[in-house]
Amino acid sequence: MIPGDGIGPEISAAVMKIFEAAKAPITWEERNVTAIKGPGGRWMIPPDAKESMDRSKIGLKGPLKTPIAAGHPSMNLLLRKTFDLYANVRPCVSIEGYKTPYTDVDLVTIRENTEGEYSGIEHMIVDGVVQSIKLITENASRRIAEYAFEYARNNKRMSVTAVHKANIMRMSDGLFLRKCREVAENYKDIKFTEMYLDTVCLNMVQDPTQFDVLVMPNLYGDILSDLCAGLIGGLGVTPSGNIGANGVAIFESVHGTAPDIAGMDLANPTALLLSAVMMLRHMGLHDHADKIQTACFDTIRDKKVLTKDLGGSAKCSEFTAEICRRVQDLS
Amino acid sequence: MTTRSMRALSGTLKPLFSPRSPQRYVVAACHQTHKSTYTTIAPPARYGGRHTVTLIPGDGIGPELAKHVCELFRFCCVPVDFEVVNVDSTKTSEDDINNAIMAIRRNGVALKGNIETNHNLPPSYKSRNSLLRTTLDLYASVMHTQSLPGVRTHHRNIDIITIRENTEGEYSSLEHENVPGVVECLKIITRTKSLRIADYAFRTAREKGRRRVTAIHKANIMKLGDGLFLECCKEVASGYPEITFDSMIIDNTTMQLVSKPQQFDVMVMPNLYGNVVSNVCAGLVGGPGLVPGANYGENYAVFETGTRNTGKSIANRNTANPTAMLLASCLLLDHLKLHGYASMIRKAILSTITDSQLHTADLGGKGSTSEMVQSIMNAIQSSGPRTQRH
Repeated sequence: MIPGDGIGPEISAAVMKIFEAAKAPITWEERNVTAIKGPGGRWMIPPDAKESMDRSKIGLKGPLKTPIAAGHPSMNLLLRKTFDLYANVRPCVSIEGYKTPYTDVDLVTIRENTEGEYSGIEHMIVDGVVQSIKLITENASRRIAEYAFEYARNNKRMSVTAVHKANIMRMSDGLFLRKCREVAENYKDIKFTEMYLDTVCLNMVQDPTQFDVLVMPNLYGDILSDLCAGLIGGLGVTPSGNIGANGVAIFESVHGTAPDIAGMDLANPTALLLSAVMMLRHMGLHDHADKIQTACFDTIRDKKVLTKDLGGSAKCSEFTAEICRRVQDLS
Repeated sequence: MTTRSMRALSGTLKPLFSPRSPQRYVVAACHQTHKSTYTTIAPPARYGGRHTVTLIPGDGIGPELAKHVCELFRFCCVPVDFEVVNVDSTKTSEDDINNAIMAIRRNGVALKGNIETNHNLPPSYKSRNSLLRTTLDLYASVMHTQSLPGVRTHHRNIDIITIRENTEGEYSSLEHENVPGVVECLKIITRTKSLRIADYAFRTAREKGRRRVTAIHKANIMKLGDGLFLECCKEVASGYPEITFDSMIIDNTTMQLVSKPQQFDVMVMPNLYGNVVSNVCAGLVGGPGLVPGANYGENYAVFETGTRNTGKSIANRNTANPTAMLLASCLLLDHLKLHGYASMIRKAILSTITDSQLHTADLGGKGSTSEMVQSIMNAIQSSGPRTQRH
């Protein structure tokens, strides 16, 4: 458990309380991941955090602050590099009771997390001309495609759609697409389609129900996953998980640290809670996951006890208590 | 003499009206020294007040829509002659597209359908559309998305102009495989082009009386590239104090677009984000069949549908929505300063769209393309005399 900054500690406490009420068999090890300078001058996360993660393999993370001039790279980037978190999974399901112009959204975006446009390799060739390199490798593309199909199979999804722009970026997205096609051969039970990025955007805002699992390189994934989050109500209610090599998985809430409401018991723990539910499913504890999820959705649907960003006026602790009560009723 | 009889005698008579005044260029007073494309007068017409426009039908639904445009223009006696240039997307040779480019250089203006990019051809085969844009230096792709009456969408009251850099960025088509299995694709951002597009955006905003320009970027990750773009936009913004300038990160932008699109006014961005944002905006107002797009350069202008789809799956079935292509032809007429015809056709299109009985499949109806075009023609006929002075 990495509480994070800002509203992180309160929402983590809320989640831990709800888990206790649900009697989920989880013990939490709290760790801080503020970067420290390791031997050799490279920035790294504290060794005890790394050791704890390597041992338990599963983590839940709250929002982390990226200080502007601290000299070290963003913490999220550091975590990603340390544990080789190659897949970012974001399931987007419409929440009954939280009204958005789109209903019945039920899709999952799986985004390659380590390369692509975000390799950070940029140079100014001549004054006034900047070149940024987008890297696509065979291994990473194959790995993410395999993960996407495995996920689809394990969660009983019907189809996987590869999102690309291979008409313009012939070689790079072409390679990504080829790998996806190859992997699709081994998963004949799942329908595989490919669609241009612009077509996906166009159709997504008109009719999001036609999409199921989407797999794509880094940049498109960033844009599309946030687009889908917007469809269901924003980052305050969207869960997210990062899967790494060696079975490591870190689940997190993707919203910011909200320093303006930190410590005032106004935060909405839904995003972190739903990420924690994703974590339970990943670990195979489906009953607990279902219980907590139902309790959470029922609370939101009832609209009686809601935090400010969901349209209500309750405090974080009241919201948490309500969910705990429902969880206990359900068990 | 009416324009109708003029047409019959075209080519044999000297023009009876006074010739259009020679090119007047208004040099925009900005710190760059390139001409203002927006206020350049259209290329002079030849033969008695008639313009020649290159028409590239393209693939998919392109040919049938091009035919409808020709039909409609003939019906309205628009003084435009189309020079049709076909581009075969199955051939690898660049002759076809070079012919098209030469035709556009000759005429100065074009109307085009989207040309398909065949994936089975080797990677050295560049997208024809992209080639056209970069060779003619059509640096600004402008799409004006507005909520149309009579079309049911999730959001209402949208009025966004998206201005997208059209020639560099991620679409530079510079790729190589250094090591087998590792492909590098270069994204180029230059100061000159960023300044140019930012200037175009602010000028357009000023000319159309818009209040706010938002730059879309991802400078938190691509610090040098998008950082340069953002810096250029800020620089240009300082020359337009009456217009509010702000910036937004692309992922936040898409989130805001699907929840509160009414907050956006004019948006300017590099190539790839432009692709995403313009498609999202088109989807928000009702789909690819409704929004026209325009590509402007220093010397040339090419008009097409906003979302550049070939529509292969609905080709030749008479179910395509002609609105986007017809509105693009209205933009073409505006560019040629034939405003009378443009507003006449536009009014007819809007009145047809409000009738949901005529909606084509993409809008949830069962109408056909030809029915819609016929209804537009009827609307034009009933609105007054067909020949109009401009």
